[in-house]
Amino acid sequence: MKKSVFLGTVAAATMIAGMGLAQEGSTLAQVKERDELNCGVNTGLVGFAAPDASGNWTGFDVAYCRALAAAVLGDPNKVRFVPTTGQTRFTALSSGEVDVLARNSTWTFSRDTDLALDFVGVNYYDGQGFMVRKDLGVTSAKELDGATICIQTGTTTELNLADYFRANNMSYTPVNIDSNAEGEQQYMAGACDAYTTDASGLAATRAAFADPENHIILPEIISKEPLGPAVRHGDNNWGDIARWTLNALIAAEEYGVTSRNIEELVRSSNNPEVQRLLGVSDELGAMIGLDAEWARRAILANGNYGEIFAANIGEQTPIGLARGLNAQWTQGGLLYAQPFR
Amino acid sequence: MSDTHAQTVPFVRDTMLPAASPPDRQSGAIRWLRENLFSGPVNTVLTILGALIIWFLVATFWDWFAHSVWNASSLSECREIIAATWGEGARGACFAVIRERWNQYVFGFYPPELYWRPTMTFGLLMVALAPVLFGASLTIRRVVLGITAIVTLAAMMWLGVPAGWLAFTAVVLAFGFLASERNIAWLLPFSIVYPLLGVWFLWGGTLWGPIFVLAGPVLGWLAWRLLGSRAPMLGVVVAALVTILFWLFLAGDAATDAQGLVPLAIEPVRSDRFGGFLLSLTIGVAGIALSLPLGIVLALARRSDMFLIKSLAVMFIEFIRGVPLIALLFVASLLLNYFLPPGTSFDIILRVIIMVTIFAAAYMAEVIRGGLAALPKGQYEAADALGLDYWKAQRLIVLPQALKISIPGIVSTFIGMFKDTTLVTFVGLYDPLKSMSDAVRANIAWKGIYWEPFIFVGAIFFLICFGMSRYSMYLERRLQRDHR
Repeated sequence: MKKSVFLGTVAAATMIAGMGLAQEGSTLAQVKERDELNCGVNTGLVGFAAPDASGNWTGFDVAYCRALAAAVLGDPNKVRFVPTTGQTRFTALSSGEVDVLARNSTWTFSRDTDLALDFVGVNYYDGQGFMVRKDLGVTSAKELDGATICIQTGTTTELNLADYFRANNMSYTPVNIDSNAEGEQQYMAGACDAYTTDASGLAATRAAFADPENHIILPEIISKEPLGPAVRHGDNNWGDIARWTLNALIAAEEYGVTSRNIEELVRSSNNPEVQRLLGVSDELGAMIGLDAEWARRAILANGNYGEIFAANIGEQTPIGLARGLNAQWTQGGLLYAQPFR
Repeated sequence: MSDTHAQTVPFVRDTMLPAASPPDRQSGAIRWLRENLFSGPVNTVLTILGALIIWFLVATFWDWFAHSVWNASSLSECREIIAATWGEGARGACFAVIRERWNQYVFGFYPPELYWRPTMTFGLLMVALAPVLFGASLTIRRVVLGITAIVTLAAMMWLGVPAGWLAFTAVVLAFGFLASERNIAWLLPFSIVYPLLGVWFLWGGTLWGPIFVLAGPVLGWLAWRLLGSRAPMLGVVVAALVTILFWLFLAGDAATDAQGLVPLAIEPVRSDRFGGFLLSLTIGVAGIALSLPLGIVLALARRSDMFLIKSLAVMFIEFIRGVPLIALLFVASLLLNYFLPPGTSFDIILRVIIMVTIFAAAYMAEVIRGGLAALPKGQYEAADALGLDYWKAQRLIVLPQALKISIPGIVSTFIGMFKDTTLVTFVGLYDPLKSMSDAVRANIAWKGIYWEPFIFVGAIFFLICFGMSRYSMYLERRLQRDHR
């Protein structure tokens, strides 16, 4: 009798484990069946992803999620935003908790290969910079020898800082901090001479100071931080959809397609590239398993790349970031969407 | 009276002096000061030091508090108001962030039109707790239930509750009051179904879900009744299996079907809408309610004579105590996802509650084991001598005394666990202390705000933990049986 109980338990356990090993289907099919896109975002980063007083998410990364949801499901609001921390973000993606991760994550070699992620492109070219008090009299990062520097632990910025100072034969004393808010507090209290993080973050931090005019952001950018959305290895069709949704937003800006003139361009544009992008001619959507109007919906969700940039982090917002590297290639930036053909 | 000494003693008092009041130095405030603050050189120095520290704190932070701004829509507006009112360079607290975002600190991202549901849930929680916590004192019950009723109903009306639910709450509260006056035991059935009811109120969806969850143990109990008389051990195993299999394979479908037949649903709210103190209290209350019984079982198992049970309990307790809570939370949020079938949504809050519970239970077990060990051996022998079996001896003789000894430790564990709920920030849940503040700061209007949310959240945590601590002292006094 005892034996049969034991065998029964083993059988039940095997059955449950077997269910666990059942292969998951294509992400596109899952998203369509769920009728909702699970998008991993930051738990809160100024301009990139933040919930407002009533819990609605807005931001630069959030806008990409909405565009993707609009392309796939036809409704920019069919997104569930899954807040992820720096520690949980990649596991959340590879375990299938989120379908796409748009969480200001830097595209690096090891993340792309070892962590089995596929970065589908770059939606923001960032880089690490320094902020110092003006009365310190420092005008270049090269003059920071011996400085105390506030640095967030466990990030690529920490490693970049060490690399940069070693390469320039300088020394520094790190003041380890846990979050951006704590870094600001330490910096304001004078616990460190300089505060270093991504340049976009520095700009936002400086904008929120009571006395922004007394602080300067040094001209040196000491690292490359290409931030982009990522998907899991292994589902290339889903990766294609994510990549070309981003490309559609970027290409739309290049061709002058905005959320305001898109309906008109659908009817009257005779630029063949625009016609293909908007699904007027050819059937590009069918090649990635979507309908012909997928890109039209993605652009309509929050506008093209330039509109998204301007609305969330651009110069008209309090954060006030210039386009810089994030301008179109025709404007001297790095944004370059592959042709829609 | 002899007059032998009449000439030798010049004066003899023949009346008593009236009682005089003690000298000033020995009475009133001065005496209190002398006895308590300046009783000796060391004490005097310490008193002066303490006074200096307090003076320093007040002098440093007074202007910051005094210049508080409660009415503004952004940090920069706060700064403008402070500069305009108290002059350039003045500093001040910007509590306007609390005024504007208090709802998120309390309810997280719960839909605003449904705020009344958590309010109702926690109001009714007090009713469900009354027979458990305040069973002995009618006065305390009156005060607690009276305040609960007023606060809950007023808050629900303010939050815009539908009339039907307001009436429902009022009826339950009135019934609680009636039961409290007549016979508090009437409330016990409500206390037992409350956990499922609370889950339904908070998460919404169909009531058939909780009903069929409840049906699982009932079926298990039936199976045990059928088999238990013939093979007790097998009966227990089959009962557990029936319950678990019913939950796994039948309950969900049955609930869906029943919902199709008789719709009994309220608007569902997903776990990712939970946050702030709603999340902390949900995890805290569930963890407290589950970890105490689990801890008692573990403590008894560890003191058991049965080798297997004892070693399993020791392994469990030592393993859980040897691992940081954050590690367990990461297991709950990340590792479990790999083991579970893809697409299964094992609720993240439920996973966290399970981890927090077993963590607290391991500590609880050791606290209670301390109580068990402190009990004189004679008590165990007396129980045996009375002919009580193991469970009766534990229930009637041993545990009541051991738990009484352990009360301070138990409540300390509860308080620690409640504060540990803020660690869920590391798995992407919105605890009130860090995640919610970071989310608020992620809005450019409030970026740069730092101390105000900490002070607000800290004050609420203090109130709750202080309340628990006072309750434990009350309980100790009430259960005091020895004469000192």
